Amino acid sequence: MTVMTAPDKRDNAPILSVRDLKVHFPIPGKGLFAKDRPLKAVDGVNFDLFPGETLGVVGESGCGKSTLGRAILQLIAPSGGQVAWLGKNIVGIPHRDMQPLRRDFQIIFQDPLACLNPRMTIGEIIAEPLVTHKPELGKDEIKTRVKRMMARVGLLPQMINRYPHEFSGGQCQRIGIARAMILEPKLIVCDEPVSALDVSIQAQIVNLLQELQREFDLSLIFISHDLSIVRHICHRIMVLYLGNVMELADRDSIYAAPRHPYTKALISAVPIPDPEIERNKERIVLTGDLPSPLSPPSGCVFRTRCPFAQEKCATDVPKIDRVSETQEVACHFHDNI
Amino acid sequence: MTTNHILTVENLSTRFQTPDGEVEAVNNVNFHIDPGETLGVVGESGSGKTQIFLSLMGLLAKNGTSTGSVRYKDKEILNLRSRDLNKIRGVSMSMIFQDPMTSLNPFLKISRQMTEVLVEHRGMSEADALKRAVAMLDRVGISGAAQRVHMYPHEFSGGMRQRVMIAMALLCDPEVLIADEPTTALDVTVQAQILDLLRDLQKDFNTATVMITHDLGVVAGLCDRVMVMYGGRVVETGTVRDIFYDSHHPYTEGLLKSMPRIDRANEDSMFAIPGQPPNLQNLPTGCAYQERCGYVMDRCCVERPLLKDFGDGRASACFREDGQ
Ligand SMILES: Nc1ncnc2c1ncn2[C@@H]1O[C@H](COP(=O)(O)OP(=O)(O)OP(=O)(O)O)[C@@H](O)[C@H]1O
Ligand SMILES: Nc1ncnc2c1ncn2[C@@H]1O[C@H](COP(=O)(O)OP(=O)(O)O)[C@@H](O)[C@H]1O
Ligand code: SF4
Ligand code: SF4
Ligand SMILES: [Mg+2]
Ligand SMILES: [Mg+2]
Repeated sequence: MTVMTAPDKRDNAPILSVRDLKVHFPIPGKGLFAKDRPLKAVDGVNFDLFPGETLGVVGESGCGKSTLGRAILQLIAPSGGQVAWLGKNIVGIPHRDMQPLRRDFQIIFQDPLACLNPRMTIGEIIAEPLVTHKPELGKDEIKTRVKRMMARVGLLPQMINRYPHEFSGGQCQRIGIARAMILEPKLIVCDEPVSALDVSIQAQIVNLLQELQREFDLSLIFISHDLSIVRHICHRIMVLYLGNVMELADRDSIYAAPRHPYTKALISAVPIPDPEIERNKERIVLTGDLPSPLSPPSGCVFRTRCPFAQEKCATDVPKIDRVSETQEVACHFHDNI
Repeated sequence: MTTNHILTVENLSTRFQTPDGEVEAVNNVNFHIDPGETLGVVGESGSGKTQIFLSLMGLLAKNGTSTGSVRYKDKEILNLRSRDLNKIRGVSMSMIFQDPMTSLNPFLKISRQMTEVLVEHRGMSEADALKRAVAMLDRVGISGAAQRVHMYPHEFSGGMRQRVMIAMALLCDPEVLIADEPTTALDVTVQAQILDLLRDLQKDFNTATVMITHDLGVVAGLCDRVMVMYGGRVVETGTVRDIFYDSHHPYTEGLLKSMPRIDRANEDSMFAIPGQPPNLQNLPTGCAYQERCGYVMDRCCVERPLLKDFGDGRASACFREDGQ
């Protein structure tokens, strides 16, 4: 199996190794005695993640990004495959063994306000993981740590007794980050953390995540549909389509020389804020929408929208090929297109 | 004065009465638009973009009132009675909303929703109206339109619903099309299809288009002129080239700099405008941008900069370089 990483991170052992990870949701068939059909939300994903590294996960809505993130953290039970945390498999282990590991990985979500309990003060919200995982800490110590973390993420510590609805979207995301960081985790899955924020606030949050990463040697899985932000924050990028990895490569390779037709199409569809460049750039326009994940196309799942599809694509599933030190592509014809 | 402006907005202000006092969502806004032209309206959420156009379409929430003047060609339309406004609304002037489900009725088939306006305003027969509806769906790239026209909104994907909305907006060949963040909820791939569609339609029908968006990339690709909003006011206007290559207002400059770019390798950290967007309920005295502005001077905190006209549709509201 070929799994790679950004060159400078490769010396360490991976913090996370994901092998052939699958999440199939059973969907009731039509008719009384029909069998359940599997919806293959994630269908065989492989990658390693190293300390201090950010992996971007991109693809259209419904391609399985959030499901992958949750399955890695065991918030959804995978249907198959392994997730190794610091070398040890965590899929299917008893709750009692899982609980102590939970403090090492956290998640932050897209809609900051919706994920904060409206009846708790932000101090209580940020403190909650501490109270759960470090019950031995005294009240004063918890308060000190919460205030320190609030200051660190750019919230005024004197706001500790306020409620979430008193904060703007960007501030709520800071609260979410403070809560995620309070246990000093090793990994944070960021599920569209800036998508709901204004442009001017997005940059503040991205910078904060990058600073925290450097400070704590954090690993990040950064789920996003915004390929411009991903280019900025991620070391490596995984492109998903209908639960399958189309391309996995380090940032420079994927943006300078994308090899998969889907990656090329995604990148070329992102508008560039420069009229001259935007109006003269070459584009690969995809027709149609994502096919239903309940009946994915045979062979290459991308073939119904691929401008380069040929006969072979309908019959053979392309395997993921390593095309360079830092780039893997799942396309039969990656050499010719 | 005779002009060929299809829409002229003068001194438009919109206020909302709330339990916490009055909110001035739109403050003394002026602009016009000509046939075949695309005007981009940009700004952060809450800056008043949507309310400008809801005001002129007579679609404001009940607690809102507007003052000023809005002329469609030569006819004053602000605060017109619904009955009179309906002759223009959805006919000569159409609006596409960010969330298609707000303007599609979930319980009615698309066919019914599309034919109604044609039968009512164009006096078409049901059969002709259906034909036109199918042709329009076809035009916006919905395959199998003849069958799909009989489906319900929830049977379409997000991208397809947005196309249905565009098809509906175009049914009566409007002269003005107002698109409020029509692609914000869509994937970039589908966004690219919709933007191509809007460009083509404009070529074919010479429609005047207003594109409300917070994505400067969309503006760069589509618009002729741009209006930048901040705190309910217009802070800068100009051609797309003026705005992108020679912006005058510090907020415009900040917005442009904080946009991540897919065509550039990354520098160390992103440029970020500090602070929060202003709260319309208690705007500071002076310039609304003062707390976030890198060029703030004493004067900015006591006096409000007026929009100063530099000619050729160029204007900016800032003390810094206008010599006010
Ligand atoms: N609990 C569930 N039961 C059945 N299907 C599900 C469930 N959760 C997700 N799915 C399906 O799995 C697929 C992947 O969903 P997922 O939420 O991971 O997509 P995503 O890439 O995060 O999309 P978005 O960009 O819209 O957030 C979709 O087809 C979705 O409908
Ligand atoms: N019915 C209402 N009552 C009070 N305030 C409102 C109402 N509708 C909109 N507003 C306020 O008007 C301002 C401008 O809103 P809007 O034009 O929708 O912003 P955007 O630029 O995001 O489109 C916001 O501060 C919003 O909260
Ligand atoms: S395998 Fe075929 S259909 Fe799939 S991406 Fe490659 S060329 Fe396109
Ligand atoms: S008027 Fe002053 S505070 Fe406002 S944008 Fe100009 S320099 Fe900045
Ligand atoms: Mg998701
Ligand atoms: Mg709006």
